[in-house]
Amino acid sequence: MIKLFDQPDNTWELIANGLPWTLTLAGSSLALGFFLAIGLALVRLSPYRPLQALAYAYVYLFRSTPLLVQIFLIYYGLGQFEAVQQSFLWPLLREAHWCAILALTLNTTAYTAEIIRGGLLAVPWGQVEAAKACGMSTWLRFRRVIFPQAIRQALPGYGNEIVLMIKSTSLASTITILDMTLIARKETSATFSIEPLFIAAAFYLVINFVATRGVMWLEYRLSPDLREAKTGRTLPDQDVANAH
Amino acid sequence: MPEWMSLLAWGDSGWGDEMVRGAGWTLLVAVIAFALGIVLGTGGAAVKLSRVPLVPLLGDVYTTLVRGIPDLITIYIIFFGGGQAVMAVAKLFGYNGYIEFNALTTGVLALGFISGAYSTEVIRGAVLAVPKGQIEAAKACGMSRWVMFRRILVPQVARYALPGLGNVWQLTLKDTSLISVVGLTEIMRQAFVASGSTKQPIVFFMSAAVLYLALTSLSNKVFGRAEAFANRGVRRA
Repeated sequence: MIKLFDQPDNTWELIANGLPWTLTLAGSSLALGFFLAIGLALVRLSPYRPLQALAYAYVYLFRSTPLLVQIFLIYYGLGQFEAVQQSFLWPLLREAHWCAILALTLNTTAYTAEIIRGGLLAVPWGQVEAAKACGMSTWLRFRRVIFPQAIRQALPGYGNEIVLMIKSTSLASTITILDMTLIARKETSATFSIEPLFIAAAFYLVINFVATRGVMWLEYRLSPDLREAKTGRTLPDQDVANAH
Repeated sequence: MPEWMSLLAWGDSGWGDEMVRGAGWTLLVAVIAFALGIVLGTGGAAVKLSRVPLVPLLGDVYTTLVRGIPDLITIYIIFFGGGQAVMAVAKLFGYNGYIEFNALTTGVLALGFISGAYSTEVIRGAVLAVPKGQIEAAKACGMSRWVMFRRILVPQVARYALPGLGNVWQLTLKDTSLISVVGLTEIMRQAFVASGSTKQPIVFFMSAAVLYLALTSLSNKVFGRAEAFANRGVRRA
């Protein structure tokens, strides 16, 4: 992983060296998890009972157990199987950071699938009927009518999930990933000062702040229909009447 | 008998009893922390809803900080800094001894502090959901502030807050796994120790997952019952 400061001069720079890991873990697991979650949500809403049950079991299992268990199962557990050790995936799975990304991705997929499912269910049926009446195919209907509205509905919930995931990356520190949390903890153990932990906390706060602002901006951009029109309202009523 | 079953046997030969005892610790920490969280959450909601200028800001700072910082960091701060803070206060009173929080105290304080922030938001929302007319009617009946609080506000707030508090409970229960990093022998720590000494991580982390699954599923049922009880006087459409 890239190092921001080769020779950190102070604690801030030292902690900042863990920032790339935090961002990489959060970014890659959120991006991968988002696409997997769309698939999972669609399976969960599909008319095939066994598939539905399977998707529900996945969501239930991952949401009912702590993320730490999932991380440990993948990091310490997978290597126990001969088959895994022989497989082509082993060079990846014996690396702690791939295990962390895998665990975080599987975890966020379960939560995000439920958020997206809620969004999909919130799209009014009339919209689907109208799209059918226009002669849209299933795929076109999904792409142009259902999905955009579902995403808009799901966005506030997904914003919470983004913050949760950014916070969750700190658990990767338990399997030797040198992210901000592990650097801060090591520094605290070495110096008996809790300042590094506070600095790491400040970094996380700033990342989360930026992330929530980003989601708020996206929410604003995606809901022009809920905003007041910009033109016309600024004119006094008199002038509007005179214009006609 | 398959190998994993003998590993999880009860008594000296296996780790079954140790794992279940770990589950006991998990449950204990979760229950105390959750209760502490409700106390902090009630206080936090009162602070956030206060009409005194600047006071709500205090509540905002609490909830924003705790919900924006990873739980693991909060736990480390209380683990490494809690003892120091208490020592600094003790010094003011002339006590110069060494004070350190043990794992249980750290766990309960940290998780209580975290769940308190989430409970604050839940309880605040529930208080706001009580219709104004209820308060006006209580006043019109001549109820004192305390009677109004006890008879009108609490039962309704409890009803509105229960689903949200159920979520906070699930969160707290799963967060107890993080306390293993400070050495409390709850489920996760026990599984870690056992898998280290037997070289069988799958067996023990799987049984840890099953124990958590059992705890979350059972407590979900309890909250379902509690919700049904709190809603017994409500007519559904």
